[in-house]
Amino acid sequence: MNDLANPLAHQFDDLDQQRDAAELGMWVFLATEVLFFGGLFLAYAVYRGQYGEAFAAASHHLDSWLGAANTLVLLTSSLTMALAVHAAQTGQRGLLVGLLLATLLLGAVFLGVKLYEYHHKYEEQLVPLFGLPFHYEGSARSQAMMFFTLYFIMTGVHALHMVIGIGVLGTLVVLAWRDGLLAERYIPVHLTGLYWHFVDIVWVFLFPFLYLVGTR
Amino acid sequence: MIDEGFRLFPEQASTVAPRVDALYFFLIAVCGSITLLVAVLIVYFAVKYRRDARVDRRRRQAHTYAIETAWIVIPLVLTMIMFAWGASLYFGMSRPPAGAIEIDVLGRQWMWKFQHPEGNREINELHVPRGRPVRLRMISEDVIHSLYVPAFRVKHDVLPDRYTGLWFEATKTGEYHLFCAEYCGAEHSRMRGRVVVLEPADYQAWLGGGTAGLPPVEAGRRLFEQLRCDTCHRGGGLAGRGPPLENVFGSEVRLADGRTVLADEDYLRESILRPQAKVVAGFEPIMPTFEAQVGEEGLMHLIAYLKSLSSQGGTTTP
Amino acid sequence: MTSVTVAPPPRHYLNVAYTATSWLLTTDHKRIGILYLLSITFFFVIGGVAATLVRLELMTPEGDLLKAETYNKLFTIHGVTMVFFFLIPSIPAVLGNFLVPLMIGARDLAFPKLNLASWYLFIIGGTFTVWATVAGGVDTGWTFYTPYSSTYSNTHVMATAVGIFITGFSSILTGLNIIVTTHKMRAPGLTWFRLPLFIWSIYATSLIMVLATPVLAITLFLVAVERLAGVGVFDPKLGGDPLLFQHLFWFYSHPAVYIMILPGMGVVSELVACFTRQRPFGYAFIGFSSFAIAVFGFLVWGHHMFVSGQSVYAGMVFSILSYLVAIPSAVKVFNWTATLYKGSVSFYTPMLYALGFIGLFTVGGMTGMFLAALAVDVHVHDTYFVVAHFHYIMVGGMVMAYLGGIHFWWPKITGRLYPEGWARFSAILIFVGFNLTFFPQFVLGYLGMPRRYHVYPDEFQVLNVMSSAGASILAVGYLFPLTYLIWSLRYGPIAPANPWGATGLEWQTTSPPPTYNFDQTPVVTQEAYSYELGDAEGRPPEEIGRE
Repeated sequence: MNDLANPLAHQFDDLDQQRDAAELGMWVFLATEVLFFGGLFLAYAVYRGQYGEAFAAASHHLDSWLGAANTLVLLTSSLTMALAVHAAQTGQRGLLVGLLLATLLLGAVFLGVKLYEYHHKYEEQLVPLFGLPFHYEGSARSQAMMFFTLYFIMTGVHALHMVIGIGVLGTLVVLAWRDGLLAERYIPVHLTGLYWHFVDIVWVFLFPFLYLVGTR
Repeated sequence: MIDEGFRLFPEQASTVAPRVDALYFFLIAVCGSITLLVAVLIVYFAVKYRRDARVDRRRRQAHTYAIETAWIVIPLVLTMIMFAWGASLYFGMSRPPAGAIEIDVLGRQWMWKFQHPEGNREINELHVPRGRPVRLRMISEDVIHSLYVPAFRVKHDVLPDRYTGLWFEATKTGEYHLFCAEYCGAEHSRMRGRVVVLEPADYQAWLGGGTAGLPPVEAGRRLFEQLRCDTCHRGGGLAGRGPPLENVFGSEVRLADGRTVLADEDYLRESILRPQAKVVAGFEPIMPTFEAQVGEEGLMHLIAYLKSLSSQGGTTTP
Repeated sequence: MTSVTVAPPPRHYLNVAYTATSWLLTTDHKRIGILYLLSITFFFVIGGVAATLVRLELMTPEGDLLKAETYNKLFTIHGVTMVFFFLIPSIPAVLGNFLVPLMIGARDLAFPKLNLASWYLFIIGGTFTVWATVAGGVDTGWTFYTPYSSTYSNTHVMATAVGIFITGFSSILTGLNIIVTTHKMRAPGLTWFRLPLFIWSIYATSLIMVLATPVLAITLFLVAVERLAGVGVFDPKLGGDPLLFQHLFWFYSHPAVYIMILPGMGVVSELVACFTRQRPFGYAFIGFSSFAIAVFGFLVWGHHMFVSGQSVYAGMVFSILSYLVAIPSAVKVFNWTATLYKGSVSFYTPMLYALGFIGLFTVGGMTGMFLAALAVDVHVHDTYFVVAHFHYIMVGGMVMAYLGGIHFWWPKITGRLYPEGWARFSAILIFVGFNLTFFPQFVLGYLGMPRRYHVYPDEFQVLNVMSSAGASILAVGYLFPLTYLIWSLRYGPIAPANPWGATGLEWQTTSPPPTYNFDQTPVVTQEAYSYELGDAEGRPPEEIGRE
């Protein structure tokens, strides 16, 4: 958005205005994202209401320990991200690069665990997509199918957001290493932080809805 | 023959038609006068205050808030009248009167199939008596359709996997259009037929003269036996592996998970197709699905039979 | 209009560079506005040709001209292109892009590169849709009702859904840009209550774009997944609920109706103010009614489902809310009418469009009262009554406002004046053609002719022929502006900075404006629309002190 010689883009009067605008833009974007996930959560709510029993039974097929571990990983990554923003503001380049890398790494761990879970479901024949064999022991097979469909769509869309976040973090690491992204240039770090926390919060909702509905 | 001459207003051939039309004329009167008022004022002001006119353009202190309040409150009152009128009519239209003739309707790309309680079947044609309420129980085999009889002012979507209902009481003998109103694919506009309203005596004669199949209740009873439903659902107060089915329809059923549901047509249908979804309290979830064995017509027959086992077998809310 | 000969400014946004890359990689909001203008005109032509063929087919009750499959694809293409690729981007993306920074005294939108990216997303989405059309079409109707769209249709549903999905992000980003710009980039002294009403309405529109479009995106995403991965989120055969689709779809698409009308209301507020030389009556009420519409617009989606099998009580709630959303629209109409009172009314083309808008929008809004009345809606739902109703809003409203706005700001955009005589003539032609096309459809609808019918019973033919005749007049009417506006680019007289003597910051810079809009940042010290008052001798304000 801003070239290196002059961090102020032509359309703004001063850096404060530019920062405020960028920040507001990010919040508006996150509002859009809330509604985007809102549609998925609505679909979930409708079918959970109709098939409560079957959803609870099906959710037992998810490993809530892995889910909990992943929640922990993601919450920790939010912490490192918040610290990274602070490091950028206070102008500590080495710390910034380190914390960004840590966040990126934790995100990658999350995706790795997710991938393992997906693979496990594939082996258990619990993936109702692309005409794969769906083998479900319990009663109410078609309703369990709906649960797993929603599970894969919701966690899949969330994982896609994680992948995008990791891509952005990677770019930030390079930029921070080369150019600093410090002090008045910290806005990109700050905005990525907002996005990262948002994706984190989505997971905080997904985890109980998908993994813990069966526990009473 | 349906009268296909040019006209500007549809025929009124049911009990609700004049009532809907009365509201329609009220709306035309109110909305028409407001539109006319706006149009007249625009033209009047635009001409009177045209740029080269020599008129007094001095503005006095306008009572903006008073004026704004007036034109917020007055339309609000008018619209609330419209709402109340429309809603009360709608409420009545959604409640079929007791003792209506129940006719089964099956929609599919691109035809309508009807079956009368006496067993007579029709395709794209529906015979009904004048002066008796008729209730249609409708379901689709594929996409969403919508059954629409303009002369009766009634319409309701016909959904897959869920029963919907519609009722009317014809007031005038004759033939009327029957349309599919929800876009359903290539031949949507040819998915139409006619409703033939007969004098009650003629209707009886028509029922007797046609090639009547088995009445749905009887067909349902036979299907019930043929599928060996009675091995578990034993009648006559005998304990079985499945719950007894007498007087189930229309009752509140307690489920294994503690909820209670109203045993309506959709519940019975779901229990035949997906028995594990709502298991009755005190019974094991051992019933197999009958998805592959029973089609939509068979389901309608079974449900008709189950309803006949119930003292409340008359009508329920759609 | 003043007829003084004027010289164009030596340097402006159009003559800074002429190369293709200077257009395709521009971050100037004015140039991006023009890119949108060209692209949506292209889609308008596609949608218009489809509409023409549909009306031709309906001249006779039998399917003489087209096969049923072709007819279904044509009305789908008409709906999809007109809604998603013409109406939604029309005023927000063309005039909004061009005018928002000019009206608030900014050098550009807050995120110029994002703005360019929005246009590219629009073009990519449009390409998918055009490809789907060329490759064989799609036949689901623009509403994509499941399970027909997700399971039964064997046309190009996927490509079209992906196209609309991508275009959705284009409008989300445009909305985001406008919201941030309005909040953060206003010139010194330009408080919220000094803003032109166009800004109020485009801001309210942007809120809807940002909050409703993602729901459509996720809904179409689910339809696409359903087709691609063979799952059954909406398919009853797999335990899904087709009504859920309708809820999600209308949760977006009803607010989208307001995306398609609110900006038009903003334009009309500007035009009425300028051509009556008055501050609009009830400025704050017009402004706030935009927000009321935006908020209530999110709560009325269920009125598309009165006969779909949703509960009777839900129907009642949605009915009463639908009546409430009508009130702020009525407030606007009354305020515009009152603005004419004691004004100094002139009848240049933009004003003709504005007056046409008020009349047609009133008819469209009033027939909405019929559709909100539950018992009447049962009869007219999915008939031509509905078709006529929303065309009165969308075409009689939004397209009229769009054309009015294009004429009004044409001198600012191009630096040339359009030919007034031709323009007035075609405005009247469009008004007449429009009413002849769509008024008979109200009658047809109450008679019971369902929409999306390829063949129909004989008794409906007379009214259908009237409608088709009107459509031909309407089509010719649209060809006129297309022709003379292009003509004026070369042969039109040079426009002065402020040909209408209008207030508003956009008229204080040159026509066309320089790349960064203002040579120095304007400072606002007055309310909007501070036109002088007329005097007791009956002279209109612009003549006072001139003799």
